[in-house]
Amino acid sequence: MEIKVVQKVLSVNERMAEENRRLFSEKGVCVINVMSSPGSGKTAILEKTLARMAGKVPSAVIVGDVCTTHDADRLARTGVPVLQINTDAFGGDCHLAAHVVEKAAGELDLSRIQLLFVENVGNLVCPAEFDIGEDRRVVVMSVTEGEDKPLKYPVMFRTCHVTLINKTDLLPHLDYDLAKAKENVLQVHPDMPIFTVSAQTGEGMTGWVDWLKACVEEKVSGGR
Amino acid sequence: MFVKTWGGWGNFVPRRSAMHEMGIAMEILTIASASIPEPLKGAKVRSIRLKVGKLTAVIPESLRFCFDIVSKDTPLSGAHLHIEEIPVVARCKACQNQWTLSGPSFSCPFCESGKLEILSGRELDIDAIEIEEDDDGKPVKGKA
Repeated sequence: MEIKVVQKVLSVNERMAEENRRLFSEKGVCVINVMSSPGSGKTAILEKTLARMAGKVPSAVIVGDVCTTHDADRLARTGVPVLQINTDAFGGDCHLAAHVVEKAAGELDLSRIQLLFVENVGNLVCPAEFDIGEDRRVVVMSVTEGEDKPLKYPVMFRTCHVTLINKTDLLPHLDYDLAKAKENVLQVHPDMPIFTVSAQTGEGMTGWVDWLKACVEEKVSGGR
Repeated sequence: MFVKTWGGWGNFVPRRSAMHEMGIAMEILTIASASIPEPLKGAKVRSIRLKVGKLTAVIPESLRFCFDIVSKDTPLSGAHLHIEEIPVVARCKACQNQWTLSGPSFSCPFCESGKLEILSGRELDIDAIEIEEDDDGKPVKGKA
């Protein structure tokens, strides 16, 4: 005997993500989901980004890691509210789901911020599948990884709105083919904006920060 | 300025899943269990039909492995996951051609435009469940 179900498996997460989105819109908070493989420099990029936003765009960060508060400690030095989520003390969850972000956001005074970064768990597979109620999804790759990351993880690069290629200060020491890397991004996601940056030297950060400011302005003015 | 930490699952995150297929398997278990009509509660579920797009981060083998673990000692224990893999089909917004993608190249093969509409491939749907019946067509009771 067959019973028809016809339901999305992740409908619970999707509903929760929509609730988050509604809450963030109501409060006029632009939410940026930042994803990458471990070690691409998400935290360093956010440190430098937050420094540039200081005094201009009130911001906060929710940071997801399996263990430790190291990233949160670093980010807190920039002076913004930081909330660390540890998915497990011993080898836990590989992504942040919408209900986790909802709980964490409840700890922040959303009426005092315009920009909320969610630094996801370092992973190019699982976070791709989970909507957390963000406005924009950002994927970071770095020049110390392969140029073929977009081809290996097409779901991630398809579902994101912008790519950052980090650690460009190391290019003189590497065989990295930057043009090929960009070509691979565009093969998976034609027209995707790409910013090449060095969190270390600050090179290329202006374009990325301007892009973010435009997102915040759009959100605050109720455009999205 | 503050840093607040939640650690461990007991006080914050209700679900434990070392790989995301585990969480997905748990969702399938929840949805399938809730879909069994009241008079059939406790009946053995023979199979669950799923549609999984090729453009999802879900590996059918991992999903089956996880489902076997999470469904243990439930009426859904032993239920087979019939996974229909859905190909990635795109339509070009510029020239209206439609094709099935065989790799991660998302430009139109006809006019090279990158403005595509993805028609299928992102599915992660539970379609139906099948209740096991005896020779008389009566539902067989599950283990738990």
